[in-house]
Amino acid sequence: MVESIVSTGLAIGCIYALIAITYNVMFSASRVFSFTAGTLGMAGGVLGSLFIARMGMPVAAGFLLALAGGAVLGIVTEIVAVRPVLKSLDQHLYVLSTLALALMIQQFTAIEWSTEPQPFPRLFDIARGGFDQQFWLPMLACAVVIVGLELLYRHTLIGHAFLAIAEDNFAARALGLPERRLRMASFALAGVIGALAGFAGGEMLLAFFANAPMLTFYGFVPVALGGMGNNRGAVVAGILLGLFQQSANFLVGGIFASVAVFTVFIVVLLARPEGLAGSALRRQV
Amino acid sequence: MDTQATQLRPSRAHALSPLSGFAAALPLLALLVVGLSFPLFGGGYWGVIATRACVYWVLVSGLNLVVGFAGQIAIGWVALLTLGAYTTSVLAAGNVMPALPPYLALSVAAVVGAIFGLIVGLPALRLRTFYFAITTLGFATIVTQVALAWQSVTGGGVGVAGPVFPEPFASQWGFYYFCFALAAICTWMTANIAASRFGRALTAIRDAEVAAEASGIAKPALLGAVFLFSGAVAAVAGGLFAALQSYITPDAFTLDLSVLFFIAILIGGRSSIFGPLLGTVLLTVLPEFAAPLVAWSTFLYAVLLLVIVLAIPGGIAEILDFRNRRPLESDRAIIPRPDLLERLIGAAPDTGALTLQQVALSFGGVQAIAGLDLEIRPGLVHGLIGPNGSGKTTTLNVISGYYAPQRGAVRLNGAALPVLARHRRAHLRIARTFQTPRIVGSASVLQNVMIGGTIDGKGTFVESLLSLPRHRRDEAMLHDTAMLALAAVGLERLAPVRADRLQHSELRFTEIARALMLRPSFLLLDEPAAGLSAEEIARLGTLLLAIARAGTGVLLVEHHPDLIFDICHYVTVLNLGKVLAAGTAAEIRSHREVINAYLGA
Repeated sequence: MVESIVSTGLAIGCIYALIAITYNVMFSASRVFSFTAGTLGMAGGVLGSLFIARMGMPVAAGFLLALAGGAVLGIVTEIVAVRPVLKSLDQHLYVLSTLALALMIQQFTAIEWSTEPQPFPRLFDIARGGFDQQFWLPMLACAVVIVGLELLYRHTLIGHAFLAIAEDNFAARALGLPERRLRMASFALAGVIGALAGFAGGEMLLAFFANAPMLTFYGFVPVALGGMGNNRGAVVAGILLGLFQQSANFLVGGIFASVAVFTVFIVVLLARPEGLAGSALRRQV
Repeated sequence: MDTQATQLRPSRAHALSPLSGFAAALPLLALLVVGLSFPLFGGGYWGVIATRACVYWVLVSGLNLVVGFAGQIAIGWVALLTLGAYTTSVLAAGNVMPALPPYLALSVAAVVGAIFGLIVGLPALRLRTFYFAITTLGFATIVTQVALAWQSVTGGGVGVAGPVFPEPFASQWGFYYFCFALAAICTWMTANIAASRFGRALTAIRDAEVAAEASGIAKPALLGAVFLFSGAVAAVAGGLFAALQSYITPDAFTLDLSVLFFIAILIGGRSSIFGPLLGTVLLTVLPEFAAPLVAWSTFLYAVLLLVIVLAIPGGIAEILDFRNRRPLESDRAIIPRPDLLERLIGAAPDTGALTLQQVALSFGGVQAIAGLDLEIRPGLVHGLIGPNGSGKTTTLNVISGYYAPQRGAVRLNGAALPVLARHRRAHLRIARTFQTPRIVGSASVLQNVMIGGTIDGKGTFVESLLSLPRHRRDEAMLHDTAMLALAAVGLERLAPVRADRLQHSELRFTEIARALMLRPSFLLLDEPAAGLSAEEIARLGTLLLAIARAGTGVLLVEHHPDLIFDICHYVTVLNLGKVLAAGTAAEIRSHREVINAYLGA
C-alpha cells in the first residue's frame, strides 16, 4: 500500500512539477503567470490520444506532434494573450486575457473532442508491473526537463539570453537581444514542457478537457510554494504535493484530500506570500 | 466646519457623482419598469429566463463590489452559489435536521454564505491578483467535489430537491416577482455603496492602493465587509437558483457559471452598477436567441472576455459615458484660492512637532539614511533637499510608515509613531502626496478628492448599504468639503471630469486637494513641482505657504532650488543619508559645502 502511495504520489507530483516549470518558463520570459499552463498539460494528453489512439499514428510520431501542438499553443498564448497586455503589466490584464484563452482552448476541446475522459494509449508494449510505465514516465519526463533546462540555461548561448531577459528585460533589450523572439521561443518551450507533462501523465490523467483547470490549480501550488521562477523549488514542492495528496487520499478519502491540499496551500501562502523559497517584496512608493 | 462649507456650493447638480443624479438613474428606472411589466409580454419559457437573469444578478451585484470596485479577481464565485443552493435545499428538505421553512433556510444560507465569502475573500488581503484568482478557482473546484462526495447530506451525484417557496411565490410569476424584488433591492443597495465613501475607498484600493493607505482606509475592515455582503447575496442567489431549477446536482454548478458572472461584470465595466446589470441580462438572454450556439456559449463568453480586455477595458459603462467625451477647455489654468484654506483646514489642533531622532535605515549594504535628525513644526514649511539617492523619499517613507527605521524614532509631539502602520498616519492627521500622482483614473476629480476624507465619515457600511440619514449626511459633508478643497487648489471647474483626462500638473494639485481633506497637521509632499511650469510652480509656492499659514506643518521634498528658497522657513540638506546642513533658507543658500555638493558653483 505504501508502495502504491509513493509511486502514484511521485508520478502525480512530477506532473505538477512539470506544469509548475511551464508557469515558470513563461513567467521568466514575460513576468506573466498564464492560466494556459494547465491547459497545455491537458492538450498534451488529448493530442497524444488523438494522434495515437484515434488516428493510429506510431507512438513516436504522435509524441512529436503532441509536443509540436504544445509549442504552437504556447506561441499562440504569447501572441494573443500576453504580448498585447505587456505594456500595462501593472493593471494585471494578463490574468484575464490568459484566462480567456485558457477557457477558449478548454471549451473547444470539450466540444470537438469529448466532454468525457477518453483513454490514453499505452506507450510501450510491456506488461503491467508494480512499477508501471504510467508511474515512471512522468518521473522520467520531469528528470529530462530539469536536466535539459539546466544544460540549456548554463551551457548554450540562447539559454544565457533567456536568463538575461528574465533577469533584466530592459538591460537585455538595450544590449540588442531580440527580446520578442526570445519571449516567443520561451513560450514555445513552455508549451512543449506543458504538453510533455500531459503526454507522460496521459495514462494516469486520461485525455480529458477538465484536466485543464485541475492542472492549472495543482500546477500553480508548487510555483507558489517553491517561489516563482525557481524551478528546483517547484520540483521539490511538486513532488511533496503529490505525495501529500496521495497519502491524504488514502488516509481521509479523495474529497477531503483536496480540501487538505487547499488548506495547506492557503495557510502556507498566508504565512509566506512569497513562497517557502522566495524572497523580497517590491518597493511600493 | 459643515455649516461653513455649505456656503460654498458651486453648481451642485453637475458636480454630483454619476450614480446619484436622476438622469443617471434613468436607465435603472427603465429596467425596473420593463422588469415589473415583463409578465404582460413574456411567455412561459421566457419567464424562466427572466427569473434566471434576476437570480444571477443577485449574485453578480455583490460580486461586482469585489471585482468591479475592489478589483479583486475572484473567478470562482460559483462556489458560493453552490454553497447557498445546497444549504437552502438541504435545510428545507430536512436531510440533516427537521425541515426548516424555506425563508428561514434561505436566511441561514445567507449567513453561511457571508462566512464563507469572508473565508474565500480574506486571502486577498495578502495575496495579489493571480494568486488570489487561483485561490478562488481552487475553492470552486473543492466545493463541487465535496458536494459530490458528501452523499449523506447532498445526495451526491443524484442531487437534492430545491426548496419550494409557499404562496404567493409558488407560481411561476409569483416566484419571478420574488426574485425580481430581491434583484431590485440588491441593485439599490450596491448603488448606495457605489456612491458612498466605501465605494470610493474600494476603487482607491483597486487603482491607487498607496493613496488609499495614505488616506487612512483600512483595507481589512472594508474588504471584510464587502466579502461578507457579497458572500451573503451569492448564497441567497444559490437558494433562489435551487428553487428555480427545482432539483440540483453538482453538475449544475460548473465553472462556466463563474465565468459568466465574472465576464458580465467586465463587459459592464468597472465601477459601474448599470453596466454589469446590463451585462448579466445580455449574457443570460443571448444564448436563447441562438439555440445552436448554446453548446458554444462559454467559448463565446471567453472570446468576449478576450476582446473586452484587449479592446475596451472600460466595458459598456465607458462606451455609454458620453459626458466624458466632450473636449475639455484647452487653455485652462490652475488658479488656487489660498483664502479658502483657513476655512478648509480650520485651526489645526496644536499637535506639537513631528521629529525624527537619529533615524537610520539600510537596504542590504546601502545606507539609505544614516542617523537623521529632523524637526517639522506646525505652521512652517520645511524643505528637504539633496542629490538623487541622498535619502529624501526614504525619509518620507519612514515617516509615512512604509519602512521601519532600524534605529532611532519618529515622534509626534513626543509620542512614537506606530511602526509600519501606514493607514494610522491619516488618523494622526499626517497627509502626503506621491512622486507620481496616485489617482483613481476612472473616477471623477471630485470623487478622487473625496477619497481623502474617508476617515471623517461617521456612518457604517450597513448604514451606507441602506442609505440611512448618517450616510447621507456624510456624503453631503464630504462633497462640500471636497468642493472647497478643489476651489482652494484651483480645480473646482474640473470636479466632474474623469481624473485620467487631466494634465500632469492638474493631477499634482488634485493630490494636494485630496491630502487637504484630512485637515492635516502635517503635509508631506514628494516633489510636487516636478513637471510643473514656472508659473504653476509659483502658484504652488503661494498655495503651500498659505497651507502653512493655516497651521499645517509642511515637509517639502524638492529638486527646484527656486521653490525651496522662496517658500521654506527651514531647509535640511541631505547627502548620502546624512544631514549635510540645516538652517534657514538664507543660511543654506550661502553654505559653502552645500554649494559645493549640490547647488553647483
